Amino acid sequence: MSLLSLTSVTAFYGASQALFDVSLHLAEGEVLALMGRNGMGKSTTVKVICRLLPVRSGKVVFDGCDLARVSAHKAAQMGIGPVFEGRRCFPNLTVAENLIAAARPGHWDRSRIAGLFPRLEERRDQWAASLSGGEQQMLAIGRALMTNPKLLILDEATEGLAPIVRQEIWAAVATLKRETGLAILVIDKSLKELSAVADSAAIIERGSTVWSGPLGGLTSDITDQYLGV
Amino acid sequence: MNREQMFNAAMIGALVIVPLWAHLVDEPFYITLATRAAILALAGVGLNIVLGMGGLISLGHAAFFGIGGYAMGILASHAQSYEPILMSPFLIEGTKFMPVIWLVAIVAAGLAALVIGALSLRTSGAYFIMITLAFGQMFFYFAISWPSYGGEDGLSIYVRNGFPGLNTLVPIQFYGLCLVILILALGFSAMLARSAFGLALNAARQSAERVETVGIQPFRLRLMAFVISGMITGLSGALFADLNRFVSPTMFSWQTSGEIMIFVILGGVARLFGPVVGAVLFILLEHVLGGLSEFWHVYLGLLLLIIVLFARGGIIGLIAGREAAHD
Repeated sequence: MSLLSLTSVTAFYGASQALFDVSLHLAEGEVLALMGRNGMGKSTTVKVICRLLPVRSGKVVFDGCDLARVSAHKAAQMGIGPVFEGRRCFPNLTVAENLIAAARPGHWDRSRIAGLFPRLEERRDQWAASLSGGEQQMLAIGRALMTNPKLLILDEATEGLAPIVRQEIWAAVATLKRETGLAILVIDKSLKELSAVADSAAIIERGSTVWSGPLGGLTSDITDQYLGV
Repeated sequence: MNREQMFNAAMIGALVIVPLWAHLVDEPFYITLATRAAILALAGVGLNIVLGMGGLISLGHAAFFGIGGYAMGILASHAQSYEPILMSPFLIEGTKFMPVIWLVAIVAAGLAALVIGALSLRTSGAYFIMITLAFGQMFFYFAISWPSYGGEDGLSIYVRNGFPGLNTLVPIQFYGLCLVILILALGFSAMLARSAFGLALNAARQSAERVETVGIQPFRLRLMAFVISGMITGLSGALFADLNRFVSPTMFSWQTSGEIMIFVILGGVARLFGPVVGAVLFILLEHVLGGLSEFWHVYLGLLLLIIVLFARGGIIGLIAGREAAHD
């Protein structure tokens, strides 16, 4: 059964159209890699899913519910847990406070987050603003998990991080997939890393989905055409 | 114990020792000054919840302060004259029993905050400031044009209201009552700041959009904070009216809102004891400088300017350092 489905979605920033025809389908427990070059509409698609940007036409259905009239906080309550580009923590709260502020009842609590990212537990009383980029990203993921989502969205979660930290985050994503069966929509530029965790992929080009299918079906012709520099 | 906690403990110590000393040397005037400071600090504690935690600049908190004052004034004046407030459809009589007066003040201020907050929190920035200010002024002009309760002249209450087991006319006993309420409010405020609610409120101040994406509605969060804040300020208004045994439209004026904000800014926005330090300093300046010149507010303004320019964490920030990144 499809957990998230976008059908022919269009969206605008004011008068300027950003999405022309985006269609995606993600099943429960599936990890979907959303790919595309910079500025093609991946992050806009995430904003649409999270209800931070309205859908002009088309349909976004999450867990059987049409999100057209759902507010951003309701979408999060329904189980959409986004981690946006740029490690957006609450800088003036400590690590522990960031997690407590977002907590909703369910499987994920502070001790489980500490198990996934031991470094966060070591830094629990430190202001989020004083963490390294990698630690802030771990905190952003931890905070999203504290909402006990059905769908975790990772938008460029490893961008600009040191290789060792990237590895740590990808290892956590693999653990999430293996041990919790959480559905994950992951946006990243590293095809190699995505291949290790994703079940399927979709490519967005100029605001439209141009390819989608199992990750195994992603040939070099397609990647060269849509993902090459 | 960090520097701020040590300073807070010292502040509590001073609030206990100085009035006790004044009582022992029979200087009730200083106890009254301390009582005034404790009550005004309580109003600041209320404002600090929305201003410090929520980042909401309300210039209408005098509305809640005045509502608390008038709740006391109306109930006590009817008890004094033995005339019921309402005869039909049911009988409502006045009272001189403080806990009932406080309850009425808290509920009335909370309801007003719910309505004002529900309308004003749909805006932000300058619009929010203007709407809260407008509401405060609406109450001010309403009180002026309400002849049944003194209109512009206000309303005098001849006997201080009672509290079981205390003689509230004895300054140190009334002060003790006010201090206990202030400490309870500070404890509640500290608990609130550390709770998921308080943290989310603080987070919403930093980024409302991010808070939404973790499933929290910033509007509802802020409205709850506004109501809690209004209730505490309303209680302080009732105590202030009891201290003076007098209520007047001045309690609703925008100057009162400004003064409550000055306590918070002087002491330190978002600092637990910020309003206490601010109110004590304000009363001291009023007492010391007010005796030298009737234009003492000029010096207060100068001090406020210095604090805002050079000590963003207020007096507490200056003394204890900027450890609280909640600034």
